[in-house]
Amino acid sequence: MPKPLPTSVRTHFTALRMLLVMTVILGIAYPLLVTGISQVAFSDKANGSIVSSQGKEIGSSLLGQNYNLPKKNPDDADEQAQPDPQWFQPRPSAYNYDPKSSGASNLGPNSEDLLKNVEDRRAAVAAFDGVDPATVPVDALTASGSGLDPHISVAYAEEQVARVAKARNLSADTVDKLVAKYTEGRSLGFLGQDGVNVVLLNKALSEQK
Amino acid sequence: MSSTLAGWLQALALVGALALCYRPLGDYIAKLLTSAKHLRVERGLYKLVGVDGDADQRWPVYLRSVLAFSALSILFLYGLIRLQNHLLLNLGVPVMEPHQAWNTAVSFATNTNWQSYSGESAMGHLVQMAGLAVQNFVSAAVGIAIVAALIRGFTRNRTDRVGNFWVDLTRICLRLLLPLSIVFALVLVANGVVQNFHGFHDIVTLGGDTQSIPGGPVASQEVIKELGTNGGGFFNANSAHPFENSTGFTNWLEIFLLLVISFSLPRTFGRMVGDNRQGYAIVAVMGIFWVASAALITFAESQHSGSALQAAGAAMEGKEQRFGVAASGLFAASTTLTSTGAVNSFHDSFTPFGGGLTIFNMMLGEIAPGGTGSGLYGMLILAIVAVFVAGLMVGRTPEYLGKKLGGREMKFASLYILTTPALVLIGTGVAMALPGERAGMLNSGPHGFSEVLYAFTSASNNNGSAFAGITVNTPWYDTALGLCMVLGRFLPMVFVLALAGSLAQQQPVPATPGTLPTHKPLFVGLLSGVVLIVVGLTYFPALALGPIAEGLH
Repeated sequence: MPKPLPTSVRTHFTALRMLLVMTVILGIAYPLLVTGISQVAFSDKANGSIVSSQGKEIGSSLLGQNYNLPKKNPDDADEQAQPDPQWFQPRPSAYNYDPKSSGASNLGPNSEDLLKNVEDRRAAVAAFDGVDPATVPVDALTASGSGLDPHISVAYAEEQVARVAKARNLSADTVDKLVAKYTEGRSLGFLGQDGVNVVLLNKALSEQK
Repeated sequence: MSSTLAGWLQALALVGALALCYRPLGDYIAKLLTSAKHLRVERGLYKLVGVDGDADQRWPVYLRSVLAFSALSILFLYGLIRLQNHLLLNLGVPVMEPHQAWNTAVSFATNTNWQSYSGESAMGHLVQMAGLAVQNFVSAAVGIAIVAALIRGFTRNRTDRVGNFWVDLTRICLRLLLPLSIVFALVLVANGVVQNFHGFHDIVTLGGDTQSIPGGPVASQEVIKELGTNGGGFFNANSAHPFENSTGFTNWLEIFLLLVISFSLPRTFGRMVGDNRQGYAIVAVMGIFWVASAALITFAESQHSGSALQAAGAAMEGKEQRFGVAASGLFAASTTLTSTGAVNSFHDSFTPFGGGLTIFNMMLGEIAPGGTGSGLYGMLILAIVAVFVAGLMVGRTPEYLGKKLGGREMKFASLYILTTPALVLIGTGVAMALPGERAGMLNSGPHGFSEVLYAFTSASNNNGSAFAGITVNTPWYDTALGLCMVLGRFLPMVFVLALAGSLAQQQPVPATPGTLPTHKPLFVGLLSGVVLIVVGLTYFPALALGPIAEGLH
């Protein structure tokens, strides 16, 4: 009869078997079950709340995007992208709205780089929208946490109405109504903060006749 | 509605929801930890694994089981990560370097979830769900198992048995964490959190760019990331990412989930020791610190001090529009007072005092309410110290819940309390002494020092959040922080289980008029004072060099 294994070895075999069983239950069966139910019951949301316009997918209503003019020289990597006046502009993003790498600037509250960014953005946004620099809202001056924030404040949306209306030959009233339509209040009236969904607002703009 | 009112209402709603869960959830956990009955599926599982579900373990055996299970978890996860380019659903990510794979494996097995990698570019779906998310479940269960053993030390007399680790682990995973996760994962999906097996999916935006929409089994991992106080994000932006945390409601729900088990465990404790008032005293201390911290951080953020934030007009750098300042402050306080470390906003860009408080929260040892299980055992150790201090004042042998606190018990409690500060302060000191490691800071001056201090505080306390500007994906930081996570997790567990064994062996002493009542407001005040003085003061010099220096500048 073979000698029984020492206790310490047996404990490790028990641990290994326990880990494998847990991996099958919690690591395979559980996510498959949740995915199965989600795909049946909430397939739109489970797949990323994809938005389509005129039969083409144009993004996710949850992920912000850039709306820039085409580059003058597409091969010049250093050329600064210029915002396109026809679109509502999103918040600054530390990752240029690239979902392959999300995140924040992580610049500290006293950072000179951040101070310079804020001052530069204030001047650029005020000139672009034709407003007094002192009135530019804070969300236009600060990068979001995710780098993919799909929302801007109502104040920043209202600031952009005149510029967008002019660029598109629409009445300010028409654009104002769209802003109101895509303003999302706090969840249940008190959770989080209100904002305007830029992806949905710009989609509605593009579909205006 | 004004932002201030909405901010108060969401905190109040949270208090209400947690209060409603306190009794039912706490009682449910007490029942599953004390019941002699096994479910049929559990009996099958014990047979498969080869354990006797009815045999209780002595504390050294319980400890060996915990350590063996955790060691194998680290090895298994390390292997999965290093071999992921040969596995399914790997999305073509490159092979991770050994030092980073070690750091990641240790991080998830210790309930820390410090991430020196970024999820989008370093992890395939299979490793996320079958590696990382499994550790989210079992590492949370290990914490609860350890506190169950400690409570049994108080409730059992003249025995050397503190419970069966395999039974505790199985029941906590299958009866507590799994059912709650299934329900709340679906709630998250219904509100926009994604759950699929897609890779990146390219679309052309209205602006004419190509954008790659990510996919993955996110909701199933997100829910246990919060419920198990883990905090490791599927994506780099963690709970700031709209695919992990889509709305003001999901944000509130995630805060609720990361608090609910730890805030209910004092009820489990009161229930098991047969005096619910003991649980109320403990939860009161937890509640005091949580309310104070949430209020102070939110207040500091609303003041937006700091030259750059003053220029911007509000502390919105690193914060999402749909959450705003109040919901971000509430999240930051809750994630650093538990061992979660998930973030919905980036602490590195918080005001000096707001960010400093997130560090201080972790330094308190994550006890208000703390990680699943680890928060309660940390608080009970401090309760033992508080009883001891009170005993010294009146000159009698202290006792807690009928168990004498002699030299042996106090040695274990003291070792527990000394472990983490030693790791934090030595680690930070060494990093600051090395020029190459100092260069990892993104910001300069006191804020740069805070980044290093935050990293070692977070790793040693198994939190996992960061002042994320610091570059830590280097062999030195990955190794050093990995060691802090291992020692900061398992050394305290050794002392807690040794203490449990020592308490269980005692014959209880009857309460006399001279016994300090541990369920009255006097004790709540005493324990709060001990938390602040014993733990808080240890770190005061380090805090003075970082956030305090920056804030007063």
